[in-house]
Amino acid sequence: MTAVAAQDLKIITSRFDVEDGHTLAGYERTGGYAGLRRAMEMAPADVHGEVRTASLLGRGGAGFPAGVKWGFCPPGVWPRYLVVNGDESEPGTYKDRLLMERDPHQLIEGCLIACYALGLSQCFLYVRGEMAHAQERLAAALNEAYEAGYVGANVLGADDFSVDITLHWGAGAYIVGEETALIESLEGNRGMPRLKPPYFPASIGLYGKPTIVNNVETLANLPWIVSNGGDAFAAMGAESSTGTRVFAVSGHVVTPGVFEVPFGTTTFRDIIFDPRYAGGLHPGRTLKTFIPGGASAPWFFDEHLDIPLEKATVDKAGSMLGSGAIVVMDDTTDVVKACHNVVRFFARESCGKCTPCREGTSWLEKILSRILAGQGRPQDLDLLMDVCDNISPGINWPPRQTTICPLGPSAVSPIASALERFRSEFEAYLPATPVSVTSTSGVAS
Amino acid sequence: MARLNPNSLTIAQEIIARYPVPRSALIPLLHLAQEQDGYVTEDAMAHIGELVGVTPAEVMGTCSFYEMLKREPVGDYMVNICNGISCHLLGSENLIHHAEAILGVRPGGTTADGKITLEAVECIAACTEAPCLQVNYRYRNQVSTEDFDQLVSELRDDNANVAPHGNLAKVRQHIGEERRAGVSPPDGQGEPVWMARNPSDNGDGS
Repeated sequence: MTAVAAQDLKIITSRFDVEDGHTLAGYERTGGYAGLRRAMEMAPADVHGEVRTASLLGRGGAGFPAGVKWGFCPPGVWPRYLVVNGDESEPGTYKDRLLMERDPHQLIEGCLIACYALGLSQCFLYVRGEMAHAQERLAAALNEAYEAGYVGANVLGADDFSVDITLHWGAGAYIVGEETALIESLEGNRGMPRLKPPYFPASIGLYGKPTIVNNVETLANLPWIVSNGGDAFAAMGAESSTGTRVFAVSGHVVTPGVFEVPFGTTTFRDIIFDPRYAGGLHPGRTLKTFIPGGASAPWFFDEHLDIPLEKATVDKAGSMLGSGAIVVMDDTTDVVKACHNVVRFFARESCGKCTPCREGTSWLEKILSRILAGQGRPQDLDLLMDVCDNISPGINWPPRQTTICPLGPSAVSPIASALERFRSEFEAYLPATPVSVTSTSGVAS
Repeated sequence: MARLNPNSLTIAQEIIARYPVPRSALIPLLHLAQEQDGYVTEDAMAHIGELVGVTPAEVMGTCSFYEMLKREPVGDYMVNICNGISCHLLGSENLIHHAEAILGVRPGGTTADGKITLEAVECIAACTEAPCLQVNYRYRNQVSTEDFDQLVSELRDDNANVAPHGNLAKVRQHIGEERRAGVSPPDGQGEPVWMARNPSDNGDGS
């Protein structure tokens, strides 16, 4: 049955169980670099056409179609660059690191295909600083690929196709995952997002030149798409969410793990409860809530379990698939503490450029801290929502922004979700007799 | 207080040559300085500024943005306990409290023997292995308090097979001279030649 075959088909994690899959020998033995050879038999524009046909959605978080994003390069402006976003840092997200560590050549091949298709003259592979093992696996793979003639001068012996891939590594800053901050960082600056417009670095990016910024998982799909055709890719998954996607399921589940599943047809219930995937909750526990797409996403509950892992449906239900991170919380979870944990993350990682985010996220964190310390005030729950409203007016989904990038509004998600659903748990932390304002650790409202 | 030594300088020049604009090498060079001295010294920042053509203040501006770059000495081993949401749900706070008690320092502090610096960090992308930590950016998964005690005793004996702080990847990128496509400055480039390819034309014989 085709459905079963599709369930079993692995596009980008196929070498995770191949012991030497990260080496050139292991990669070539398992069909590696066939996509690049195929691409180079085609006209560059036709390779771009296959990616459009595949309807490959970006796998970094925003879910923008890669083929369309590629089309935003202004004609006749050269050089163009490729920047690979390997700065995976969204809490709960854990797939790009494995793709870089276990199948580095697949990513390199994807980069080469993108460069060939769009005339990108140099590629910068930006790996998160904390991922030392991924950095060395990519360095070793690049050294092998250069020696073997896949990268650098005269790719596969062609006299007209040469491209360098420069390995770059960061130094610890979540915000650098935002593509314009990534470019700032790659230019040697503090990693702060750039003012928009221009909305896409494809028009003005690295060194002011057209730049394609793609996520690791997005690029890792290209060898398969070119080898098998965009139509074959589009035939998998759902109509508007094609191919497969890699999800990390963590938190209170029996078998947390990283799973490649058909995109758009698998449901949250499948991936959380099916023994082939996360295996459900521990005995005697019930589901309290789950984060469907990384720390920035509004939380989901029981009634959302049968929603498919499909971009448009999840968007419509009021959250997002984001970066493929599902975090499960059972009934033993203290949601006030969990909420504080996620908000603290955004407060710490705010780059400080925009006032609503810099001030707002740190006030949210301080107010939640005093609530947890038993120092909360009766008006604090409304105050939290008021601060949220200042960061993201209306507190809707998708969020309105008063900031250059979505980091600030991301801190609103856990508060809006948790307060709406579990307000009584927040109230339980408030002291029965209101504390006097002067006695609270210097925090004014 | 060290500028880059001759060995680091050779590596630095190879790194700079991989970028169209030298300033792009700033973060890798700051890592290199940290690898040499265990942290980033002021002299190293000044030297790096000379190498890429920016002022020491600009180097400091970049350096101070990024958490991994330390401008004060730290322990031989950075023990970074993840406190992201997935680790939080599986007991990271207990682990952090345990670490504080065992090491006698709060997050950010270094043990009196100069061996270990403790940090509580945000998500390090090993969420299915919670609670996890990194020692000099090398993972330890599903860490119990017993595992932690064992780790500390190994670190105190330099017996954990972890390179001193500042060392990241064990393999560096190296491009042989003849294999280089060649890095050009961003201005004055035209359309890459392969964009004129149209293999189907050849197939048609047209």
